[in-house]
Amino acid sequence: MISVKKKSILGDLKESLIQKAFQTSGLLAILVLLGIFALLLYTSVPAFKEISLKEFLTSTRWDPTSPERPEYGLLSMLASTIMVTVGALLIAFPLGVAVAAYLSDVASPKVREIVKPVVELLAAIPSVVVGFIGLTLVSPLLAKIFKLSHGLTALNGSLMLAIMALPTIISISEDSLNAVPVSYVEASLALGANRWQTLVRVKIPAAISGIIASLMLGMGRAIGETMTVLMATGNARAFPHGLLQSVRTLTANIAIELGEVPYFTTHYYALFGIGLVLFLMTFAINLTADLILEKQKRKLK
Amino acid sequence: MENSHIVIPEGKPKIQVENLSLYYGPKLVLNKVSLIIPENKVTAIIGPSGCGKSSFVRVLNRMNDLIPEARIEGRVTMDGENIYDRDVDLVALRKKVGLVFQKPNPFPKSIFDNIAYGLRIGNHRSRAELEKIVEKSLRQAALWGEVKDRLHQNALKLSGGQQQRLCIARALAVEPEIILFDEPCSAIDPIATAKVEELIHQLKQDYTVVIVTHNMQQAARVSDYTAFLWLGELVEYDRTDKIFTNPANKMTEDYITGRFG
Repeated sequence: MISVKKKSILGDLKESLIQKAFQTSGLLAILVLLGIFALLLYTSVPAFKEISLKEFLTSTRWDPTSPERPEYGLLSMLASTIMVTVGALLIAFPLGVAVAAYLSDVASPKVREIVKPVVELLAAIPSVVVGFIGLTLVSPLLAKIFKLSHGLTALNGSLMLAIMALPTIISISEDSLNAVPVSYVEASLALGANRWQTLVRVKIPAAISGIIASLMLGMGRAIGETMTVLMATGNARAFPHGLLQSVRTLTANIAIELGEVPYFTTHYYALFGIGLVLFLMTFAINLTADLILEKQKRKLK
Repeated sequence: MENSHIVIPEGKPKIQVENLSLYYGPKLVLNKVSLIIPENKVTAIIGPSGCGKSSFVRVLNRMNDLIPEARIEGRVTMDGENIYDRDVDLVALRKKVGLVFQKPNPFPKSIFDNIAYGLRIGNHRSRAELEKIVEKSLRQAALWGEVKDRLHQNALKLSGGQQQRLCIARALAVEPEIILFDEPCSAIDPIATAKVEELIHQLKQDYTVVIVTHNMQQAARVSDYTAFLWLGELVEYDRTDKIFTNPANKMTEDYITGRFG
């Protein structure tokens, strides 16, 4: 006879301990996120004793070390960040989606087995190395092509960031193209569509939310990137008027100034304020991307 | 195969299959199948699971081309043209030979866009012309009454049976000559099944219909000719009333009386 009664309460205890352990590690991630947010908020608030929020967000002049009148406007750097990011995505998004379509639709399994890891390897290149390539290889080339005194420009930064955003865009777009049910593809082909028509009219529309999410995650990657843009864009503080100018992004500005700023000064607090702005931007972008991906999953189920 | 009993149907032949063998890699799926499918008739393909029924209909519009390891021997001629010739235009072939799948598979688009899909990829037509064909196809598929007020609603919101009739309408819209049904009722309820069967019955006035089915009663109800496939071989092919009342082959008899399968 097999008794169905519990032998001891030890098993129960183990079960609940394991559950607690997993629960705690899950909560820890949320705690870290909230902690960072709280720290940024706490450290940036004192800055606004001296700077008006309006000046901080709308002034184009950033000159915290001026002896006469320090100025704390992040608009130039915000514009630079947006310009470099948009430039990077204009390059990386069409290219990334094309590669994703190629991998999911055209490439033979053999080619895919080679190209996919290579794409993923691209994500493993340290950002300082990408920056180094921008600094020593691409920028002289750009200077030559556009006849500039030097090539450390927003365009150079965009090109480098495009390389860094590509793996994200490719792999998430490819995943969502692959998630399109085969039955859609078969239905399209059976109606006399060719592969190109099937890709453009059935697969991409069905996968569009994933593709947009890949764009947003690529954007998050590009906005937050520091070392590469620091090395590649020349770091001029002026308001940018074109892709062929030197620019300084929000991230680069923090990296440049935080090392030398006296602690617990308005300047110091203001840098944390920039950090807070960056945090909120990437958080919003990633959250939107997540929501879109979630919606896509539900739709294709 | 020994004792196989294959008749030549009356009426004009539409599809001639000669010594057709299909391999998936080293696996033989269809073995030297020969039969003639008559025009404007319903031909049913029956047989136990894995006998090659679905593979057979997929040979007829070359959907097997999607499977890289599929290989074919023999000839399949439609109106005298071998569809496995090198100079065959797959797009034209698939316009001539429509396929309705086992599971309803509408695109995640509106009802209208689903039906218009095959027309839009073909050539440019005016909106008015599209609307006319969409209505005509939906009427043919006995779905017009149920959806006419919500043509721009997402097709995935329809019930399974409605989705399958939508898929039939979508196949009809490109005006094929032959329509293949791959177990069209296996994923829908009995009432929807009755509607689809009624539809198939009407379709043969204008189309040549080939239907794969698991359901013997369905084959008996809708078809004029029936082919019994077993392990990739054509065992018997005859008029449906003959097969179901007086089969020539012992194996056919065992199968249709439910002794195996």
